[in-house]
Formats: sequence, structure tokens, C-alpha cells
Amino acid sequence: MSIDMEQFKATFIEESLEGLDIMEAVLLEMQPGLADAEEVDNIFRAAHSIKGGSATFGFSDISNFTHVVETLLDQIRAGEREVTQEAINLFLSSVDCIRDMLAGAQEGFEINLEQVAEVKAGLDRMLGSTPEAAVPAEAETETPDSMSAASGWKIVFKPFPDMLRSGNDVVRLFRELADMGEMIPKANLEGLPALVDMEPEEACLSWEVSLNGSIDREQIDEVFEWVDGDCELSITPLGDEKALEDMPAESVTTEAEINPTPVQAAPVAQERRSDNDRRQGDRRKKRSSSENSSIRVGIDKVDALINLVGELVITQSMLGQLGEDFSMDKVERLKDGLAELERNTRELQENVMSIRMMPISFAFNRFPRMVHDLCGKLEKKIELKMSGEQTELDKTVMEKIGDPLVHLVRNAVDHGIETPEKRLAAGKSETGTVHLNAYHQGGNILIEISDDGAGLNRERILAKAIERGLANSDDNLSDAEIFDFLFQPGFSTADVVSDVSGRGVGMDVVKRNITALGGAIDVESRPGNGSTFTIRLPLTLAILDGQLIRVGEQTFIIPLVSIIESLQVEPVRVNAIAGSAELYKLRDDYLPVIRLYETFGLKPDSLNLEDGLLVVVEGHGQQAGLLVDDLLAQQQVVIKSLETNFKKVGGISGATILGDGTVALIVDIDGIIQLSQNGSYKRASNAAA
Amino acid sequence: MDVAEQVASGLAATGEVDGSQFLTFLLAGEEYGVDILRVQEIKGWNAVTPIPNTPEYIRGVINLRGTIVPIVDLRRRFGLEPMEYGPMTVVIVLKVMREGKSRVMGIVVDAVSDVYNVQDESLKPAPDFGSVVNVDFVQGLATVDETMVIILDIDHLLNSGELAVMDNAIEHE
Repeated sequence: MSIDMEQFKATFIEESLEGLDIMEAVLLEMQPGLADAEEVDNIFRAAHSIKGGSATFGFSDISNFTHVVETLLDQIRAGEREVTQEAINLFLSSVDCIRDMLAGAQEGFEINLEQVAEVKAGLDRMLGSTPEAAVPAEAETETPDSMSAASGWKIVFKPFPDMLRSGNDVVRLFRELADMGEMIPKANLEGLPALVDMEPEEACLSWEVSLNGSIDREQIDEVFEWVDGDCELSITPLGDEKALEDMPAESVTTEAEINPTPVQAAPVAQERRSDNDRRQGDRRKKRSSSENSSIRVGIDKVDALINLVGELVITQSMLGQLGEDFSMDKVERLKDGLAELERNTRELQENVMSIRMMPISFAFNRFPRMVHDLCGKLEKKIELKMSGEQTELDKTVMEKIGDPLVHLVRNAVDHGIETPEKRLAAGKSETGTVHLNAYHQGGNILIEISDDGAGLNRERILAKAIERGLANSDDNLSDAEIFDFLFQPGFSTADVVSDVSGRGVGMDVVKRNITALGGAIDVESRPGNGSTFTIRLPLTLAILDGQLIRVGEQTFIIPLVSIIESLQVEPVRVNAIAGSAELYKLRDDYLPVIRLYETFGLKPDSLNLEDGLLVVVEGHGQQAGLLVDDLLAQQQVVIKSLETNFKKVGGISGATILGDGTVALIVDIDGIIQLSQNGSYKRASNAAA
Repeated sequence: MDVAEQVASGLAATGEVDGSQFLTFLLAGEEYGVDILRVQEIKGWNAVTPIPNTPEYIRGVINLRGTIVPIVDLRRRFGLEPMEYGPMTVVIVLKVMREGKSRVMGIVVDAVSDVYNVQDESLKPAPDFGSVVNVDFVQGLATVDETMVIILDIDHLLNSGELAVMDNAIEHE
């Protein structure tokens, strides 16, 4: 049993964390003074299973802590206590504490006991302050308790036949009872069948137990908590049934009888144990190395996959048969089979990809709490609206977008939304709104963070930009260009640095993270009406729309998103600064020309610019023209990492395998622009960067 | 693969009484050996995709059933005269360990020779040539039928020089 626990512990922690999320979500919706019975029930249930589970796994500090929370909740549930804002806040910090303690239990590190003690003291204080309505109710329940505590209890315990199947162990129950006081069990053998008829996994015994000593009813209930519903159970105070105790002779024989049940179950347990022993080792290792790297996949997705694999096997066997005795007249069937195979493969690929997809609510879920906390801190009234939470995106993308989103939401709350007074003065409602929205558009996911606050202060940003030498006062800049300064490192327009935001770190990191994911961020803002940040991200990092290009004998892939246009070089438009730094005049702009063969050290078809093609790309915040020999097909490519077996190579973001089985390298546009800046020509803009 | 790893490390740890088996190959007339448990497969030379801005001895990458595997020319790695690749030219695909992580790499050699059983105690350390020749990547010298076999420490060899930067690159991610 004890070995099995390891495995259940992980499940327990996972489920408890989910329970905490539920608690948190419900608590945030709760209004002081209005305790919706269902809401309280939800929180209570979550707290209750955390308590029970943690006690089972021996996390006594968690169960003790949760017990206090539970008691408070119970009082609220029974209508004995009002829901105050103070209580809600206290429960929220309790959720944090339990979460910390669970993390501590999982990783085995020491947690901050001070904070836990503080919150617990708060809970105890609240519990100690007699709730107005609670006095009579509590007095009532206490009377029988105190009375019975002196004498003892008579427990009649009849397990249903399948109780043991749910993993309950009678011996453990009795052991716990025996720990409380003097226990005199009496087994009832009536239900015991002949040995040949016996189902080893069925419980066929029942017990009558006399328990002497001052024991609370609650304590006994706790022991039987887990078998509740799996057995017939009656617990009565012993007082008037002292007669039962006059059977000590019988109880001696029955004491031994208790054991058959575990003996019956033993072979099964033994088998499981040895099996587990073997697995135990590598499971542990795995868990430590890949913490939290599991995903929950809907059963329908798995079913769809199994279905597809089934089809694939059928197609394969059909093709195999065809190949056994192939003749030219069967060529049509072969073509059909191959078409089928292609369809299967494509669907399989799509389905496997969808396994990695998770609804964005996983990233959104933390915001209600965060906004709630920030509102308290900043004394603002803000309503957080979320829509499109079910929009799915790749798990890796989701993990990397979490922090940037936090930054943006924080900014919206801190800088975007004004204080209630200012809002009223501006003729707006007291409560501000922050809206998170996600939706799909083409092969991208768009996430919008909008607020109805004051909007970005165009003049202030411009002034700051001029002050920092990023712009000239006589530049005629568009809104978009001005707002783009926000993403410069160290750029902040906040006059006061708060601990929420305003230090100017952040927006540049946000932009960098998003660009690293192959995405982009846009800002829109109307003075007085708030601003909207739009993040555009690729759905997945595993597949990329690529343009195949040729340089000499090599094929490279340029991500299609980076390409603006491709054109034939007109020699008259090419100018060279100091003989080496070539610029191409495209309409009103001058683009630096990067000769890919030079950067990659290859032998091109021709050294003449006009024999090649110029692919205009954008990356690293600027445009450039890549000189290639030829443009080939456009296709979706699966990105393979070069770093798995090799290392990162400058100007290359990865590799892929083409239809003919050869490897083609994917050009890293940002990298190649940097590479060429460091190499053939040094631009003055380096100083600015 | 995990099982193979465990077996390999288990064997190394217990120093099995039978000694170790080595796959040997020829390179410019000398016979070199690598631990056979590290050999994943042996394949003929096929065209590779060169990687820009890498040293000459990294020939490029190949597609090995969906994984990208870099290929190192051992002649060039040792600074020997490069040879035209011919029908006998072989790529030995090896598993290289580094700080608990494994990666797969291929080495180009002149030809594969034989498999020998070498007792651990008959493995002699390479003499120190001082700064003249770097013998760091030589695990030891074995004598089989009166000929010398140079046993290579592939973990060291394929994690040094230009190939070593890998870990840094990952940390920066």
C-alpha cells in the first residue's frame, strides 16, 4: 500500500491544485453579504477533499490548516456566519497558503511557515469571534458530544461486498480506531461463504465495535469518512448499552478473525507491489526531470487518433497486398491507395498537432485573481471581461505567452484604467473594464487586451522619445510609430515607479518574447477611450509556412511570415556605400542588401545582383533584401531542432526534411540581419541598439 | 533506448569481467576503436546538407529517420589529409553522452574494420606527448594480435572544440 501512495500522491496534488483553482475562481465572484449556497458548497467541497486527501497522505500541516478553513466555510454554509469581504480575502490568502504547502509537499522543500501561521492565526481569530447566529446551533451540537465523550461508542460496521475494491482497507480503519482508545471489536461471520465460493476481493465480514474512552463523534466520523457510502454504518453512544461489553471472551477469538480480509487481499497487493517496484525507479527519475510537462488530452481526441491509426493500418495492409503480386493493370488501385495514405497521414498529423493544443483559458485563468488583487492595492474598480477562452493554441506557445500577457494586463490595470474619481470626472462609469479576447484568424491566434481607460498619452511618449534621443522634435511621426517607442528597452512614461509597473522593464521584454515566438504586437489607442494591445501568434511552433529558395546548390527555407515581397533586381536602383554596403532603393526606402551566399559562404550561380532575386524580408525591426539565386516552391515544413544533436548556428533557426529526404535549413531572419550587420557593414544604428 | 543506456552504464560501472567490446575502424592506416555499445548504426556515405559558418570538419547534417544528425569528418578533425569519399567510406552513427544528456552524431571514417574483445586491464594509457600531440580524447591503447588499436573517448572527442558550445546555446534559450 505504502508504495502505491507515491503514485496517488501526484494525482492528489494535481487534483488539489485544481480544487484550489475552483475555490479561487468562486471566491473572486463572491459578493460580500450574499452567500450563494451553491458557491459556498463548491468551495466547501474543494476544501473538504483537500483536507481528506492531505490527511491520507500524511500532510498533517495541510490537513490541519484546511480543517480550520473548512470549519469556517461550514459555518457560512449553515448560514451561521455572514460572508464579509474580510472573510473572502482571508480565504483567498488561505488558498495561496495551501498552494504553497502543496508545492512544498511535492518538491519536498521547506515552505514559509510564518506566512502560513499568520493566515492561520487570522482564520482562528475569525473562528474565535463568535458568529452572531452561531451560538445556539453550536451549543446544540456540542451537548451530545460532551456527554458521549465520557463513555464511548458502539459502532456497527457492515461493509458492502465491493468496498475493498475501492481501495479501502478495513485493517487501517481499525488501527485508527484502536489508536483512539480501548477497542473491543466483534466480527460477525454470518456472511462468510464456504472457502470454495469465496471471492477474494469481496468483503463478507461485518463488525460490531465498542470503543471506550473520551472520543469525539467527529473523530470517528473522520475514520469512516472514506468508506461513507460503501458500507452500512451506525455509530451510537455506548452509555446505555454497557451490556455489550460483557463479552470479552468472544472478542479474544474475533480479534484474530479480523485478519482474514487483508490476507485475502494480500496476493493481489503483492503482485502490484513487485510490479510497482520495478517501475518506481524510472518513474521518479522521469518526474524530477520533466516536472509539469504532462498535458491532459480529451478522450475524444485520443479516440480520433486511434481511429486514424486504425485506418492507416488498413491502408498499409491494402498497399502491402497490392505489392505482393503487382502488375501494371493494378496501377490505378495503387494510386488510390497512395492517395488514401496521404489523406491518412495528413489527418494523423493534424490530430497529433491538436493534442498539443490547449484552450487559452489556461493562460487567462490567473487574471481574475490578479486583477482583483491589483484593484485592492491600487484602489481602483475594475471589471475583467474575458471572451474566447476556448480558443486553442499550442502548449509551448501558451507557456511562453503567459508572462507577456501578465505584463500587459498589469499595465492596463495600473496605467490604463484611471482612479474612480478621475473616471467620474471624465464622465465615465466608476468601474473600468479590462477585456481579454482571443480568436483565430487564418493560421494565427489573436489575443487582445483592451481597457477603457485614458488611452496612451501620445504627447508624453513623443516627449520621452525625444528626450531619450529616439526621435527628433520635427519628425512627423504616425501614431503607430510613436506607440512603437513603448517597446524600446527602458522606456517608461510613468512618473511614479510603483511596485506594480512603471520601471520600464517589461514592454521591450514583451515584444521580444512575442517576436521570438514568431508573432507580432500592435497598439491602438484613442485618447480618453482606452487602448488595445493586439498580439498575433502562430498557432503552433512545430509547423511553419515556408518559401523554399535556392542559393547555389543548397535549398533554404524562409518563413513566409517574414517575407514582404520578392523582386527582380534593377541594377540602377543599387547603390553601394563605401563600396561594400549595398543599398537597394525600393520605392521610398533604402534596403540593405544581404547576399546570402556571402553570409553562408556558398558558391552562387552568379555574382551579379541582376541575375538573382531579391527577397524583401522584415525582421529585427527593420527590412532587408536577401539575394537568392532562385525561388522554389512554397510549402508547410515541420521544424526540426538543430540543437538536439548539434548546437545553435548563427542565421539558422532550425532544419526540416524535404520530400526527397534531404535536410534543408530554415533561415533565421533576425539572426541573418544581425549577422550581416556585424559582418560586412557596421551600421550606425548599432549604437542605438 | 533507455534500456540500452542503463545496460551501457551498468556495464561500465561494474566493469564487467569479460572486458568491453570495441568496434574498430581505419583512419589513415591506423586502427581506432569505439565502445560498441555507443554505436547506433553504420551506414554508407550519402550527401549531407552543409551548415554555414561551421568548421570544415563538420560536414553537415543528415536526416536519420526524422532526426537531424550532424556528421563529423574524423580525418579533418584530426588534421589529417582529407580523402575523397568512396564506396568504402562509412559513417558510424554514435551516441555521445554529455552531462546526462545524449545526442546522436555521425563520424566519417575510411572503413570499418572489426569487433574486438578487450580486457579492461590490458588497456594501456596513452603516453603523454606534452604539447606536441593532444591525446586527451584517447581513452587508452589496446594491443590485438600484435597491432595497436587506439581506443577513443568519444564523449570527449565529440564534445570538444567547436562542438562544445552546444550546452551554452541551450542555456540561452
